[in-house]
Amino acid sequence: MAVIAAQDIIVSLSSVSKSYRRGDQAVPVLDGISFDIVRGEFLALMGPSGSGKSTLLNLIAGIDTVDSGSIVVNGVDIASLGEADLARWRAANVGFIFQFYNLIPVLTAYENVELPLLLTPLSRRERREHVETALAVVSLQDRMEHHPSQLSGGQQQRVAIARAIVTDPAILVADEPTGDLDRVSAGEILGLMGRLNAEFGKTIIMVTHDPRAAEKAHIIRQLEKGVLNDVSA
Amino acid sequence: MFLLKLLSRNALRHRLRTLLTILGITVAILAFGLLRTVVGAWYAGVNASSSARLITRNAVSLVFSLPIAYQERIRRIEGVAGVSYANWFGGIFINEKNFFPNFAIEPQSYLALYPEFVLDPDEKRAFILDRKGCAVGKKLADRFGWKVGDSVPLKGTIFPGNWEFVVRAIYTGAEKSTDESQFFFHWEYLNETLKKTIPRRADQAGVYIVGLKNPLSAAEVSLALDAVFKNSLAETMTETEKAFQLSFVSMTEAIVVAIRIVSFVVIIIIMIVVANTMAMTARERIGEYAIFKALGFRGYHIAGMIFGESLFIALTGGLTGILLTFPVARKFGEVMGAFLPVFQVDRMTLYLDIAFCFLVGVVAALFPTWRAVRIRVADGLRRIG
Repeated sequence: MAVIAAQDIIVSLSSVSKSYRRGDQAVPVLDGISFDIVRGEFLALMGPSGSGKSTLLNLIAGIDTVDSGSIVVNGVDIASLGEADLARWRAANVGFIFQFYNLIPVLTAYENVELPLLLTPLSRRERREHVETALAVVSLQDRMEHHPSQLSGGQQQRVAIARAIVTDPAILVADEPTGDLDRVSAGEILGLMGRLNAEFGKTIIMVTHDPRAAEKAHIIRQLEKGVLNDVSA
Repeated sequence: MFLLKLLSRNALRHRLRTLLTILGITVAILAFGLLRTVVGAWYAGVNASSSARLITRNAVSLVFSLPIAYQERIRRIEGVAGVSYANWFGGIFINEKNFFPNFAIEPQSYLALYPEFVLDPDEKRAFILDRKGCAVGKKLADRFGWKVGDSVPLKGTIFPGNWEFVVRAIYTGAEKSTDESQFFFHWEYLNETLKKTIPRRADQAGVYIVGLKNPLSAAEVSLALDAVFKNSLAETMTETEKAFQLSFVSMTEAIVVAIRIVSFVVIIIIMIVVANTMAMTARERIGEYAIFKALGFRGYHIAGMIFGESLFIALTGGLTGILLTFPVARKFGEVMGAFLPVFQVDRMTLYLDIAFCFLVGVVAALFPTWRAVRIRVADGLRRIG
């Protein structure tokens, strides 16, 4: 087994536990999860519904907080960050790809992709360059002025990917990115994600139910009842 | 810029709902403006009254008159600059629907005490010289199409008979608040007719108007004046013109209070309606707010979106309402001119309109913002799909 240098590890989880409250009861979701993700890796998290994979993804992405344990992403212990710092950290380090694309319906494709850049000090002209580049990567330069309702599901997901990469984040988190797409569109999206990983070196963490989607990943981790079961490469 | 674009597009996302909400605010602001203007018109006589004038009437009641001989005794009181007198005539022009206030006055002294009634010098002279002449306000002349030289018949109610007048002057108001709907004619014409028809009612004045040398001496002069006629057959009650006018308004105080309350209730109702619209809007978009937060936007960004949209709707409706208030008030004033002769939208009403627009926009956004800002990103995202 190859030895991995510490600087190659982009995400490091240590004894991460998380539970939700249902009434008076605490329902454990994740129980002492520990593992590392290497920079440039394409990781698929699989498991049955309720196994905690989306929760784990949310914790790594900094949109949920751990009950105990630590998550170090790109050298920052995000469990120790306050809400404001966490928001700033997310804006700079994480790109989100959701199952239902989650585009803002009143904004055009261009404006949706531009959204994360509004939080940066970039000028309007610089923002335009970044947005056009991101849309070119997903081959949607010709649909910039279209609203989400004027695009197919696959195209909407490509806009969402452009939005995820426009700030050039260290990691991309994808929650069932092909879950709402037909087979052809799903193939295109997975191909695009593969390209982002291979050509642009993006670390991708993807939650999926779909074994075909998981096949595109370098590593597949199985979660069951809040516990990581096995690793397959 | 981006925020404004987002606000306007979000506001127009449910066009019908937004349009109806804006329409509701427009109607509410219009209603508020009109109701306040009605209240203002109610008090127009009070506001237009001078602090340099006193009104002396019979201490028993306004219904009873005072002897005309009092005039000279009043004139001699310390601090009095001038005295005039008038009788409420209560004449009807053709029928009761054409109501307007008409008074028998002593023209020279009366017009000297009321400089706010502006008459052309030639017309004024003609009015003073013609015992059957009358001076009418411009609004009144416009209402009935009267011109100088026209004959105007009035049917007497308090003073029975058919009375003929000739329009000799048309006055205008020196101030916006001056009532231009009054009709003045010679007290002498009334008195001489009464001497022939009902002699016991002759040589009587309804009220005396007392001009003061110094407005600050109103209390002393009032006391001194009433003391002069103490224990006489017709004791007097003297008060400032403002107090005299207020005594009329106070008879309808309950109605004025009710109108005031209704005007504020209208604002509260529309506040609830807009709050409901904004609550529905925020509930529908809770997932979107979670996306914004996931992308790194903060609570104050979300608050800006909701407050901005709420204010956009409230101000659009409010400004439309304010703009509509003027033509509607003008039309309303024309229709109600006989009863509310001075119907002007005042500046305070406009300030309150604008303040309430802001208040409605801000209050309506409070609860939805509180909910949207508090939602956890993971929970918000779970609501999508």
